[in-house]
Amino acid sequence: MSRVDVRKTHKLFIGGAFPRSESGRTYEVTDANGEFMANVAQASRKDARDAVLAARAAFAKWSTATAYNRGQVLYRIAEVMEGRRDQFASEVQQAEGLSARKAAQQVDAAIDRWVWYAGWADKYAQAIGNTNPVAGPFFNFSIPEPTGVVAAVAPQDYSILGLTSVVAPIITSGNAVIVMPSPSAPLPAITLAECLATSDVPGGVVNILTGAPAEVMPWLAEHGDVNALDLTGIVDDAVAADVERQAAGTVKRVRQPKPNANWDVTPTLSRIRNFTEIKTVWHPLGI
Amino acid sequence: MTFEYAPAPESRSVVDIDANYGLFINGEFVDPVDGHHFKTINPATEEVLSDVAEAGQADVDAAVAAARRAYDKTWSKMSGKDRAKYIFRIARLIQERSRELAVLETLDNGKPIRESRDVDIPLVAAHFFYHAGWADKLEFAGYGPNPKPLGVAAQVIPWNFPLLMLAWKIAPALACGNTVVLKPAETTPLTALAFADICQQADLPPGVVNIVTGAGETGRMLVEHPDVHKVAFTGSTEVGKAIQRAVAGTNKKLTLELGGKAANIVFDDAPIDQAIEGIVNGIYFNQGHVCCAGSRLLLQESIAEEAIDALKRRLQTLRLGDPMDKNTDIGAINSRMQLNKIEELTKSGEDEGAERWSPNCPIPDKGFWFPPTVFTNVTQAHRIAREEIFGPVLSVLTFRTPEEAVEKANNTPFGLSTGIWTEKGSRILWMANKVRSGIVWANTFNRFDPSSPFGGYKESGFGREGGVQGLGAYLHVEDPS
Repeated sequence: MSRVDVRKTHKLFIGGAFPRSESGRTYEVTDANGEFMANVAQASRKDARDAVLAARAAFAKWSTATAYNRGQVLYRIAEVMEGRRDQFASEVQQAEGLSARKAAQQVDAAIDRWVWYAGWADKYAQAIGNTNPVAGPFFNFSIPEPTGVVAAVAPQDYSILGLTSVVAPIITSGNAVIVMPSPSAPLPAITLAECLATSDVPGGVVNILTGAPAEVMPWLAEHGDVNALDLTGIVDDAVAADVERQAAGTVKRVRQPKPNANWDVTPTLSRIRNFTEIKTVWHPLGI
Repeated sequence: MTFEYAPAPESRSVVDIDANYGLFINGEFVDPVDGHHFKTINPATEEVLSDVAEAGQADVDAAVAAARRAYDKTWSKMSGKDRAKYIFRIARLIQERSRELAVLETLDNGKPIRESRDVDIPLVAAHFFYHAGWADKLEFAGYGPNPKPLGVAAQVIPWNFPLLMLAWKIAPALACGNTVVLKPAETTPLTALAFADICQQADLPPGVVNIVTGAGETGRMLVEHPDVHKVAFTGSTEVGKAIQRAVAGTNKKLTLELGGKAANIVFDDAPIDQAIEGIVNGIYFNQGHVCCAGSRLLLQESIAEEAIDALKRRLQTLRLGDPMDKNTDIGAINSRMQLNKIEELTKSGEDEGAERWSPNCPIPDKGFWFPPTVFTNVTQAHRIAREEIFGPVLSVLTFRTPEEAVEKANNTPFGLSTGIWTEKGSRILWMANKVRSGIVWANTFNRFDPSSPFGGYKESGFGREGGVQGLGAYLHVEDPS
């Protein structure tokens, strides 16, 4: 007699915990062939607000951690994911209808991307900051600092590589993020949450809200404690424009949607750059 | 005691203001299609200086079309080396005509000639010099091996530093290979029109720089024009938000440099005389018409009384009056509208219970004036501690510990600049680390340099102007993901 399997309840990831949606809502996720896979929590406005609170609290600690420490924590994510390669691959394969080989390649690329960004944590400031030769008796330098709380939409495809490529650069510099994964392929995101929860990432640095970006992002766009939006995965131009307009109410930084992104090639620094602020300090010289 | 000075007015014979000005489109001054003009006045005397064209939709269309043609046919195809030489030419012409430009700026804006002569115009020339050299070195700027221009830049600038803001906008745009349509503020169009003349003298190809004068409506037409690919705005946070809304959903690259409510933080170990000079410079420079002005003075409690007394003594020696006089410290408020706003906000300060003080200084009969003003007994909830006044009005608060100073400094939706006064280097850098603002001045204030990026956190805007970071606002970088 075959064993009765234990099925998982898929929940949100907020402040390092796994709550159900406050609204009690779930939605059905199907595989690439339309077969039922799971019921997944459908985040509400209240969940979004809770996530902002958690992210803002986490920002204070994460943004002041040493760059060396952040790099090690990011590398630890890759280590933990490495042990779950098969689980990720099967979820990606099922959700996206890929061959086993393609799915495994995507998972490997995602793990490698965490390693790539882990290495940037203590270098990006050297690549995009500098001293300035001002005409006066001052030591003048410009350094990038994390912008704060970022709300992001991961791409609809590339359920783990795309998600990683959006989240990693945001947190590398010390931001906290609220990310909405692909609504049609959210299971790899939930597995990523389990990896994050066990890899020394302080609770609240990454918050994952499954559900409909078109419903939740407008709340985040007008939230006064969100500093920036990454609309990479928004597919509907009208929704993106709407969200951008709402973002203007508090002068949020907005990275626009990126349809047809090529996630397989090495990224540029633009994602790190977009979610950092340049601070310039004039320090006096004298005796 | 106050020393008496004999009047020492700068001569205005060096400027030659036309009775009226057209729009500068495609290298020529042309009349606006619908014939509308507006008057620009000297805010110190209310004398009409000139009649200036008000650009309508047809004019904005023509200017953008000229900029587009110049971009496609000339400027984007020219080598960086040659672009650099045009920008160097402009820098030299600004130096050669600096006295004329300073006088013109003071007449149209109301700022003291000492400031336009010693601060604004030298910085304008420096800005063109700095950026000229970038034009043929962009592949070394850290934006990849092949950064490209964006196209036509729509630029809208404020009235507080008219020609300097023009330089901050036009110099990097041209260096990066873009062409521009710039709208100066309606109360201060004259130096931008003089700059158009400089472009002609420099034989800059027609259409590379276009100047359309007008008010907010002209600015709206310009930033909403479908054929611009870059929008750069410096001005109020309110208008900045409207512009961000207007360009939402387009592929226009946007940079905003908006308002501020900077904390100028003085610790008990600061050299007090030097700090007082810094406080005065921080808020009374340019009549307080400075987005990064140190409008919230945070004094450590143990020295608050002594510092306020010293500040009041110093303010009694400031000279308010004829901006053309070389001894004048405080010039005219730029417009009646701005004066009304300052009066409204200072009245709210009194109504909400803060204590108002100004030195006894005579106010001229004509023109728009506001005496340097200090509010004490200010709480963080008062409007004068939260809203940008953009006038010579200082709100004084106190703190006990560095942590409290950081808390109060950051308690604002703005984040443009911060001043820190202390003898202790480690404390300077600790504070610099904690405050959320784009600029931190330690034991100095209101310093600017073309190599030093300028711009804000939070609702003070995004993007930087100046330095290598400023180039990013005018470059297109291929990004696979």
